[in-house]
Amino acid sequence: MSDEKKLAIIATKGTLDWAYPPFILASTAAALGYETQIFFTFYGLQLLRKKLALKVSPLGNPGMPMPLGMDKWFPVLGTAIPGMESIMTMMMKSKMKAKGVASVDELRSLCLEADVKMIACQMTVDLFDMNPSSFIDGIEYGGAATFFEFAGESDVCLYI
Amino acid sequence: MANFDQELDASGLNCPLPILRAKKSLSGMGAGQVLHIIATDPGSVKDFEAFSKQTGNELMESREEGGKFHFMIKKN
Repeated sequence: MSDEKKLAIIATKGTLDWAYPPFILASTAAALGYETQIFFTFYGLQLLRKKLALKVSPLGNPGMPMPLGMDKWFPVLGTAIPGMESIMTMMMKSKMKAKGVASVDELRSLCLEADVKMIACQMTVDLFDMNPSSFIDGIEYGGAATFFEFAGESDVCLYI
Repeated sequence: MANFDQELDASGLNCPLPILRAKKSLSGMGAGQVLHIIATDPGSVKDFEAFSKQTGNELMESREEGGKFHFMIKKN
């Protein structure tokens, strides 16, 4: 067995904000010499699409800072107005760009470059009738047992 | 300032990009060579300490100058 440290991540969320933790941690771990695997399940599968269409929603998210202090005074029901999600997503993306935060696409490419292994949960792919051809190349498919094969030997294991 | 073999300007980049770029630069360098990194992310000060501790590449210098952070890392 190698003495390389191992990081196992389960990515379960498919929004723009929650796309960051798995890719930031995986790419950084790889840079630190960890052998890293991410298991994508349920909504996390959105992070494997060739064309990412991730959004962030203010709905049901009271911790999300909004422009003009809207998170303090804007009525919660207002966040359900059509188009709100797209506006917030646009604002979040431009803010991230202005602050030098990498795009999800870029972080994902860095992960792939660093040989982070990505596994799509076969069961959820089937459940949601997702088309594997819409996913990026180089990923594998597997189930819970596949995850444990690696996670069981990992030094750090995260559920995101 | 000490001599260096390669320079990486990571100004304007945020976590984890300075670390990832540094790692990439280092992998193209030979043992004993020194990489000079310039960053503006205040988090990079602690991050480069942690990076060198975990990768074994020596952090020879870490200082702030004119609102920018400068690091010298020697590849092991």
